[in-house]
Amino acid sequence: MFEYSSELFNLPVYGLAKAEKQAMLDRVLVQLSHHHYQHCNQYKNLTDCSHFDFSDKKAQDLLPLAARLFKDFSLSSIESDAEFRQMRSSGTSGQASKIILDAESAKRQSKVLVKILQAWLGKQRRPMLLIDSASTVKTAGGMSARAAGLQGLSFFGRNHCYALNDDMQLDLDKVSEFFNQFSQQPILIFGFTFIVWQQFIQALAKKGLKFNLDNAILIHGGGWKKMQQEAVDDELFKQTIRAQLGNVSVHDYYGMVEQTGTIYMQCEHGYLHTPVWSDILIRNSDDLSVASFGEIGLIQVNSVLASSYPGHCILTEDLGQIIGEDDCQCGRLGKYFKVHGRVPKAQVRGCSDTFA
Amino acid sequence: MSQLEQLKNAFVTALGVEEYEVKDELAYSEHVKWDSTAHMVLIAELESEFEIMLDTDDIIDMSSFAKAKEILAKYEVRI
Repeated sequence: MFEYSSELFNLPVYGLAKAEKQAMLDRVLVQLSHHHYQHCNQYKNLTDCSHFDFSDKKAQDLLPLAARLFKDFSLSSIESDAEFRQMRSSGTSGQASKIILDAESAKRQSKVLVKILQAWLGKQRRPMLLIDSASTVKTAGGMSARAAGLQGLSFFGRNHCYALNDDMQLDLDKVSEFFNQFSQQPILIFGFTFIVWQQFIQALAKKGLKFNLDNAILIHGGGWKKMQQEAVDDELFKQTIRAQLGNVSVHDYYGMVEQTGTIYMQCEHGYLHTPVWSDILIRNSDDLSVASFGEIGLIQVNSVLASSYPGHCILTEDLGQIIGEDDCQCGRLGKYFKVHGRVPKAQVRGCSDTFA
Repeated sequence: MSQLEQLKNAFVTALGVEEYEVKDELAYSEHVKWDSTAHMVLIAELESEFEIMLDTDDIIDMSSFAKAKEILAKYEVRI
């Protein structure tokens, strides 16, 4: 089993400056590479066929696995009897990713998710409205990304209320009752971007209903693909929500089932922030070299959390751009960045190319 | 009913386990019925049963029955 130092998870979420953070990541990510090399056959094979040598490597030199490999294979660094849970992506297009967790990893993921969110929400739990159906989390057999998101965020709520019925339609009675009861309190609203927009905000607008919340926070994620089709950008999304619901602070987040526990929250200036336990790199899509700040390329996500599967360095199929490091106006340390959607299918390179 | 019995009952009700299973070693994610969904049901049950408000640290720390007793002691539940 991979041993973490006890101080690692007590680091300040957005308080470690570049030099110290990168030194920590270099150390832990190289250790994790060794760990997966010893415990995951496929990872060893991929490493060996690229003639890769771990010695004297820094985090940015490590070979990332293409996200798609988690769709094609069950990559695991644990014995099968230690398997506690399989996470799978929502799989809107084609095959779903399978991520294998032992009990310790699952606990560590929850703990880190809570630490990240405490930095935005505080420790007190809030009355919580979930823009989804209660049946989403009850689906048996593995856990979907949506269910994991809903459950992870539930830790921050009390008096949980699901805004949609089993057919994913607005349950107006429940929502009105919830807002009437808690409108003067700091409410937490959570949901997936497109569901919040279409099934909640648009549904309220069609009925001509407005609320006047005093102090709410909306956390949403899951991507902008469908939103772009409707020509809705971040700014319009925020404006419409405030027009419909009142004083709501709206935060997008970026995250994926391959690295559950890590989320990149959007600050008040509109940028996504890397917490101390993870980092992002941008790679040029033509040769996979590391791009400079400001350049748009493929997003690589690195995380110290992945110990039961070789997912500590993953090359995603998302495009993004690093804006800067340690100098966002919001004051949080770490890299901050923007996501620009997904690469068109044809451009996605096969996993073998990643190791060329 | 003593507060210890009240606590045990809350575990039985929220997790759907048998009374004899509720002992110090009963642990989150080790017992098949104590998963993350049941965990939130348990938290709600403890809050209403003892009229307390737990924070997010408590929810994460409450990883066993023994831990639950420790955490509730902070809220002056005498067990």
